[in-house]
Amino acid sequence: MIPLSWYLFVAAALFSIGLYGVLARRNAVAILMGVELMLNAVNINLVAFWRYRAPDQPVGLAWAVFVLTVAAAEAAVGLALIISIYRHRDSVVAEELDSLKN
Amino acid sequence: MIEQIIFIVISLFTLMMGWVVVSNNNLFHAALALMASFLGVAGLYVMLDAGFLAMAQLLVYIGAISILIIFAIMLTRRMMRTDESPFNSQPGLAGLTAVSVFAVIGFILWQMRQFWPVEPMEGVSLAFKTPVPDSMILDSVAAMGRAFVSPDAFVLPFEIASVLLLAALIGSIWVAWPKTEDEA
Amino acid sequence: MSFSFLEFLKSLVELTTGTYLRQVWGDAPWVDPTLDVIGALLVATFGLLIVLVLIWLERKVIARFQDRIGPNRVGGKYGLLQPVADALKLLTKEIITPAGADLWAYNLAPFLIVVTVLMMWAVMPFAPGMIGVDLNIGLFYVLAISSVSVVTILLAGWGSNNKYALLGAFRAVAQMVSYEVPMILSLLIPILLARSMSTVDIVEAQAVPFIIVVPLSALIFFISSLAEMGRTPFDLLEAESEIVAGFHIEYSGMKFAMFMLAEYASALFMSGLFVIVFLGGYRFFGLETYVTSGGFALGNLIGLVAFFIKMFVMFSVLVWIRGTLPRFRIDQMMDFNWKFLVPLSLALILVVALVDKALPVGVSAWTQAGVHLVSNVLVGAVALEILRWRGRKQREAQEGRQEGLESVGVEATVAEAVAH
Repeated sequence: MIPLSWYLFVAAALFSIGLYGVLARRNAVAILMGVELMLNAVNINLVAFWRYRAPDQPVGLAWAVFVLTVAAAEAAVGLALIISIYRHRDSVVAEELDSLKN
Repeated sequence: MIEQIIFIVISLFTLMMGWVVVSNNNLFHAALALMASFLGVAGLYVMLDAGFLAMAQLLVYIGAISILIIFAIMLTRRMMRTDESPFNSQPGLAGLTAVSVFAVIGFILWQMRQFWPVEPMEGVSLAFKTPVPDSMILDSVAAMGRAFVSPDAFVLPFEIASVLLLAALIGSIWVAWPKTEDEA
Repeated sequence: MSFSFLEFLKSLVELTTGTYLRQVWGDAPWVDPTLDVIGALLVATFGLLIVLVLIWLERKVIARFQDRIGPNRVGGKYGLLQPVADALKLLTKEIITPAGADLWAYNLAPFLIVVTVLMMWAVMPFAPGMIGVDLNIGLFYVLAISSVSVVTILLAGWGSNNKYALLGAFRAVAQMVSYEVPMILSLLIPILLARSMSTVDIVEAQAVPFIIVVPLSALIFFISSLAEMGRTPFDLLEAESEIVAGFHIEYSGMKFAMFMLAEYASALFMSGLFVIVFLGGYRFFGLETYVTSGGFALGNLIGLVAFFIKMFVMFSVLVWIRGTLPRFRIDQMMDFNWKFLVPLSLALILVVALVDKALPVGVSAWTQAGVHLVSNVLVGAVALEILRWRGRKQREAQEGRQEGLESVGVEATVAEAVAH
């Protein structure tokens, strides 16, 4: 049998990897990919807690579906922004997009 | 025992692919690894008896979000020809942050270890049908469907989510649309 | 229970060999996994080998449409072994890897596309009790897997490092992602009527085949599944005259053969899915539950034969369409999807759900079917009327532009007449 904590550790590790991607990558698309990994890690937690603590109520599943929805909306808007920025600035490197700085 | 081995294989696969996503210089390969990682997460959902969610993961993450990301990569692909490092100026600091976040969560999990159940609770069933039909067992897919449209449960978040999706649809079309002639 | 060859043969005809073997072998822990592996191998082998028949059938039928004889040299007068010869030719060809190819993507794509297609067969009920696995989210599973197969096309297009391949992949992905929407929406209607996503439950719910109950939904599903498979008239993704062959232009030998294989296997699967969802699957006027007086369940075999006949009839309809219709233009294809199919299927879901809710509990299946049929025909008629009105307006605008000022008066009167 698999203890709940195994799922939680995997989710924590996936979350940290995603966080590293968000903080360390140059390319805006890659940063978005890191965010998607983090959202997935959160979803693993939700489903694992649902299965081990409250399988008689659909709360955990339902919230996982909402996270899925928000992730889809986030990806669509984020990628549209990236494409728009690329048209204007000819770059998708997050560090170079600093016209609001200073 | 077999279950544990399957779990370890799936989660190692997921984490390794996740690492490829954040470290690979070739963005297209990173996106492929992202898909593989999503597939691994879907595998974890199946192990947690959430088959519906696993299929939703395939449909939404692999079938839609990954494809969007690959399209974005291809549309901005002059960025891929560079041989520069995939990282910005602070990979060390970022790594430190990520490791410390994992350390904090891991420490808390370790402290709480006696509270986490070892066995999944009984009384659920499964999006993947059990061989023995049992009307007493809760059908998680049907229950979730009812919860989404029941005023006692999630009808409001459900509607808000649909409005959010519509807004995201219109907004992303508006943002990505070429505004002037020379952009087109 | 000991093994007897006669009983084994009997169970083969009854299509209950799995149950029989389980009785013989007892409940040792290795029995279930072994049976599962055997079953999976059988379904996969079936999915691969049936393609040989399909290729022969399509070549022969399309030849007759074009007033030719078709394959007639290899394997007797009817060219029965032609597909085997084709396969051997493809196997012995050199495998070429294009320069600058993305090796991971290029080599992974042909395998993944075959795997995804074969995975879909798992939920196909061939006969009563003869199904890989009866998931209670069966149709959702099919949709999820088929959306994964979109990715493999993108992999092939990108990995080939060829502009035609990339263009073909872009077209294919745009088309498949778009037509997924009406396909899912039209599948929701049978799910709504059967109150289940399991393929077996949907077949069992069809006392009246759903093509009679909701013909419009069947039509939408058929059209969008044509586009999903990339068959004529939606074969823009491999339009030979425009982009040579689309995403698999750089593939040769067996890798190319795997794309063809996946294409045919998915065409057959989609015709099978249509049979399951709209034509009553293995049901054949109640004969599928027939048991002889000796307690011999012959009905299963009848169901299997009925299913296969229906499936091959549907496949022949696909070939028929390929032999008849020309190819769409890409803008027409997108317009047709987003401006016609999607709104129509949304409206249809609304109407069907309302009618289904309004029908009192306990009316007979045929009455329900009649009411649904009438509402379907009404929705279809309204949609056609709107199309006709729009078409007339467009035509008038065009004629008005051509004839210049003198026609303005005429146009105004016509517009007035339409308004009244």
